[in-house]
Amino acid sequence: MNVPENLKYTAEHEWVRAEADGTVTVGITDHAQSALGDLVFVEVPEVGRKLTANEACCVVESVKAASDVYSPIAGEVIEANTALADAPEKVNQDPYAAWLFKLRPADPGDVAKLLDAAAYRKAVEAAGEH
Amino acid sequence: MQRTPLNAAHRRAGAKLVDFAGWEMPLHYGSQLEEHHAVRRDAGMFDASHMLALDVAGDGALALLRFALANDVAKLRAPGKALYSCMLRDDGGVLDDLIVYFLGADRYRAVVNAATAEKDLAWLDRLRAGRAPAAALAPRRDLAMIAVQGPNARAKCWAALPETRAAAAPLAPFSAAACGDMFVARTGYTGEDGFELLVPAARAEAVWGALAAAGVRPCGLGARDTLRLEAGMNLYGQDMDETVTPLESGLAWTVDLAGERDFVGRGALAAAGKPACAMVGLVALERGGVLRAHQTVRTAQGEGEITSGTFSPTMQRSIALARVPAGVAIGEAVRVDVRGKPLAARAVRPPFVRHGKILVPADA
Repeated sequence: MNVPENLKYTAEHEWVRAEADGTVTVGITDHAQSALGDLVFVEVPEVGRKLTANEACCVVESVKAASDVYSPIAGEVIEANTALADAPEKVNQDPYAAWLFKLRPADPGDVAKLLDAAAYRKAVEAAGEH
Repeated sequence: MQRTPLNAAHRRAGAKLVDFAGWEMPLHYGSQLEEHHAVRRDAGMFDASHMLALDVAGDGALALLRFALANDVAKLRAPGKALYSCMLRDDGGVLDDLIVYFLGADRYRAVVNAATAEKDLAWLDRLRAGRAPAAALAPRRDLAMIAVQGPNARAKCWAALPETRAAAAPLAPFSAAACGDMFVARTGYTGEDGFELLVPAARAEAVWGALAAAGVRPCGLGARDTLRLEAGMNLYGQDMDETVTPLESGLAWTVDLAGERDFVGRGALAAAGKPACAMVGLVALERGGVLRAHQTVRTAQGEGEITSGTFSPTMQRSIALARVPAGVAIGEAVRVDVRGKPLAARAVRPPFVRHGKILVPADA
């Protein structure tokens, strides 16, 4: 299970990267892509959409099943990776490069409250989902 | 959970194992999509040992199967020939679908689904006691089943198992032959050429290993499902079950109503008259989600429901089987509720893909 140390995580298997300009980039973890299997459809949120924390805002579908992706924190969508619509397999190939959307946080302090790599790894292992 | 004789081989190959009808089976060995493509383009193999081979033999075996099955086994005249059939309840509901092989006078071998095996056995034994008490049913849990499928499946099978070549090479599609302690059938569930091998459980791992060494790729239930759906083949428990008749399941072609043969369910099918619904294939006309089982299909004739849906790896678009009102015409535009949004789709006649070729026009 690949869990980069420099990222933050949610228990719902999203990764969050705090950027130097105060925005955050969001994607799904290696564990999530592996559990979903080969992705065939990705729907990203509209730019300008205001999200609350834990709001369903993306859909990732594999051959097996559809799954929601939740906003890790409150904020406004400033960019969405629409290129994934034609290349959903990129999320399987490199989940930490194939980001889904970027947010301007409502409260910049929210990012620090997310799980760090060790806590996320522990959460996955506790759920028995290796 | 029950395990097949190939369970250890699956674990060594890194399979993701899941519970399927009480059996621990491989879902995939890394990539379901690559396994799918391997079968369409080259050769793949599936552990189908959870399915049950059931030998029906002895005085009255022919009469028993003619009564128990909606298709007519009397059509099988040459030893080795196979027939696909439903087994019905008295009310016409589908108890199971199966393939039956004719082995010789009053000797047959049926292969039935895993989830229904015990139910089938009890049902058939009750019919046997009443109709053919001298016949015997022999469940063959001592046999493993390996399906080798794909355009290169036969050649790779012979390379891996040279002893099968003499018996297997002359086999016409939908026929089988004994080959030493193996049973080789030119049948499958993928829409590609290939064999289904029934092998003594003790030899299953050796056969699996020889096939792998010959370049046959292990494939899981995930690829098996996308392949059979592209091939337009029903899955029991999903596309049909005890609550629907074969006529409502796209399987009228398997119900033999010729002559006066009495079979279980015939009276109910006749009494019910023209079915109110029918099975069609659907292809999505736009991106925006994947067609899935239980989604509502809206047609000019009323609502229907998807029974199986997926993303077709070969066609790179979403496809489905759906039960819709009987008047829906092939070519008709419909809408499917996909996660709260209407998705445009078109009714087509399955299969979608056969022998590596897409049969649905790109503009359909």
